[in-house]
Amino acid sequence: MTEIPVPRDIPLPLPAPEPVLIAVLVIFFLMHIVFVNFMIGGALLTLHYELRGLKEKRYDKLAYAIASTITANKSIAVVLGIGPLLAINTIYTVYFYTANALTGAFWISIIPLVIAAFVLTYIHKYLWHQMDRVKWLHIAIAIVVCLLFLFIPLIFLTNINLMLFPEKWGTTQGFFSALALPNVFPRYAHFILACPAMTGLLMVWLFRRRSAQEIEETGFARVELMRKGYQWAFWPTSAQFLVGPLAMLTLPQVETNLHAVWAVFGIAILVSLGMAHLMFAETRRPAETIGKSFLPICALMLVVVSLMGVGRHLYREAAVTPHRELVRAKTQDYMRKVEEANRAVATKAPAEKTQ
Amino acid sequence: MDFPVFHLDLLGNRGLIATIAILHVLINHGLAVGMMPLVAAMEWYGNKKQDPRWDRLAYKILFFCFLITTTVGALTGVGIWLSVSLVNPYSIGSLIRVFFWAWFTEWLVFITEVCLILAYTLTWKKWSARGPEWKARHIKLGFALAFFSWVTMAIIVAILGFMMDPGNWLTDHSFWTGVLNPLYIPQLAFRTPLAAAMAGIISMFLILFFTGKQDAFRLEALRAVGVWTLVFAPFVLLAGWWYYTSVPEAMKDNLAVSLATMQFAEWQNKFLQIAVVTVITILLVVQVAIARPNLLPKVALVVPFVAILWMTGHFERVREFIRKPYVIGQYMYANGLRVGDYALLQRDGVLAYATYSNPLTPAEQAGLPAGLSGEQRDALLERIQKGKDVFMDTCSRCHTGHGMNSITGHLKRMFGDRPWTPELTAGYIEGMHYAQPFMPPFPGNAQELQWLGAYLEHLQNNTAPIPGAQTAGVIVNGDAAPRTATTDIRKETAAR
Repeated sequence: MTEIPVPRDIPLPLPAPEPVLIAVLVIFFLMHIVFVNFMIGGALLTLHYELRGLKEKRYDKLAYAIASTITANKSIAVVLGIGPLLAINTIYTVYFYTANALTGAFWISIIPLVIAAFVLTYIHKYLWHQMDRVKWLHIAIAIVVCLLFLFIPLIFLTNINLMLFPEKWGTTQGFFSALALPNVFPRYAHFILACPAMTGLLMVWLFRRRSAQEIEETGFARVELMRKGYQWAFWPTSAQFLVGPLAMLTLPQVETNLHAVWAVFGIAILVSLGMAHLMFAETRRPAETIGKSFLPICALMLVVVSLMGVGRHLYREAAVTPHRELVRAKTQDYMRKVEEANRAVATKAPAEKTQ
Repeated sequence: MDFPVFHLDLLGNRGLIATIAILHVLINHGLAVGMMPLVAAMEWYGNKKQDPRWDRLAYKILFFCFLITTTVGALTGVGIWLSVSLVNPYSIGSLIRVFFWAWFTEWLVFITEVCLILAYTLTWKKWSARGPEWKARHIKLGFALAFFSWVTMAIIVAILGFMMDPGNWLTDHSFWTGVLNPLYIPQLAFRTPLAAAMAGIISMFLILFFTGKQDAFRLEALRAVGVWTLVFAPFVLLAGWWYYTSVPEAMKDNLAVSLATMQFAEWQNKFLQIAVVTVITILLVVQVAIARPNLLPKVALVVPFVAILWMTGHFERVREFIRKPYVIGQYMYANGLRVGDYALLQRDGVLAYATYSNPLTPAEQAGLPAGLSGEQRDALLERIQKGKDVFMDTCSRCHTGHGMNSITGHLKRMFGDRPWTPELTAGYIEGMHYAQPFMPPFPGNAQELQWLGAYLEHLQNNTAPIPGAQTAGVIVNGDAAPRTATTDIRKETAAR
């Protein structure tokens, strides 16, 4: 039978009202993740177009245009991740640190892996033209970057998943056993699919605002580039209608009821349907009208992403709340014992002195 | 420790933090805080003299810094967080609760800094081409970036200073008394010119790469940056002096112990020597750079750079030195246990309140004395298991079994090859904090001291590395873990 650990929390008050910390966590995490999507999706699309560029030169130019966005996005992604990290440290101290420790070797390897990925991304971008003669090496770098970018989120996801299930802590032995917990891979697939989709929208935004001369240099018509962006947005989003519910249904059962979570995800699915419809309509539009629905699509995407963030938080709370009550009780009980022991020592000490 | 214990038995847990942190400090001081004002100054000077060579050089140096700070620099900053939260979750968790808003503000400043460095680097060529008005704007951007880089350091130094000396925070638990601790201003005053001098040395090194040997500009640039470095060098010495004369005030409680005083005197002498050597090497090399720049070999610049590293390293060590045996002065010991918990733990034992146990691996079970019956063997293994748990919960934050700063190394030095019997080691550990004032007192009870002794005796015959929770997992202690009725568990119980 599995023992469920109930550790003590840190006996210091939260630094701010809990809703404030939750707002910091949810809002900034979503901002962070959007830029991570741009970064990973950017790397994947760059590789895709660079490979196509071997046969048709203009795809190489397109790949370069997308590659140019990755480095700025990655800096913003990193810096936006720190606020949520602070917040998760305070709200879920026991859960987060425990999951970190249990997968420690991989958790800390995030640092060298991300450094390697970033350095290679810079090399790939800034030596693009110099490496024309060793294109195979240049593409090999892009492949390594993509593999690193695909692997690193898995470490985060495994941690964030493990932290929700104290009953698994006693049986987890390192990263791979935590990776085998249910729900990790459906959530991972859900996240990875979002990367090209978000980057597709970034492409539309990018080529919508470029000057006619810059567009001409790519060798594509503006409408073609925008359509490609919409296609990247549409097809992965369509796949999400399968993967999303799968990720939702494989969420482990928790003690608390999940009606609110289902409701939020349900609304998200409905809004996504509307958004996907608009995306599809855009892929069919001629040069004159393409881009007409771009802002509504972005607005709907914002709603979907926000609902995902809210749903995710509600599930996390539902999973953790009963256990957190036990942790709270245990911490209070422990602190009572601490005070009592200190009182005993304090009364004993003067008594000894007088003897 | 009430978390699963992450442990690195070769590098040591402190080794992990130190490696990441030192790299971060070097990049932060040398390539960001000190370098950004220097680059902005170069751009300004080039614009004033209408000399494009300065502009080109400034851009090249900036681009180099941009690549390093946005990869290794930014990530080692996050790495400090991740490593400290693995190694000492209790201390970082407590610090975050006290300093949340300081860190939050630092984060906002950091976002600004990243946006500014992106903007400053990526608009350099475009804005410069747009005419003098835009160029002036770009130079202002550079100085704004320099300012924000310094502000992030100024905030972090407050937190570092707090860890050394929480001052009045202990009595009134307020955020500002923690921030405005007595070491704050001297430390900031020391780090600021140090960063500027470091940047000077590094950029002289870069100038040798970015300019040709015959290029007359190389000499001019070396001279100018030499003057920059020369201006800051005396301030390093002055502020260093101020800092270390403030230290005794901060650690007056520690200095009551004569051994600590001796250690401090030793540190102080060494600091003085290193600081003087550093400043002299800087002055010498910079003299050459200014007077005979064409005679300056690249390797000569490595000398003051290494000296600065040495001084920074020694300077950073003092933080550890001052705060020991605490990780947060007077509040939490380096082992992650609160000072206030000691009365309880020394009465009931550390293990009574430990949620997790750290299972012995088969390799760790080897090396038991020969000729034991099955029963004796089991009993001994149980004692060793408990001793290991005591070790992991109370010693392993600083000590490894057989790696860096290993417990076996210390025991070997003290007791040699004679058997490390529990009587011998437990007796020593019990009073260790009197002889070694930087060690926290043993937090457990008498029984646990004996178990720890049994484990240490076992370590004399077993050199298998001690795994952390990240590889061996944990066992949840039964008594400490009342079962809760989640659906899974209910089902499992019903099935039985």
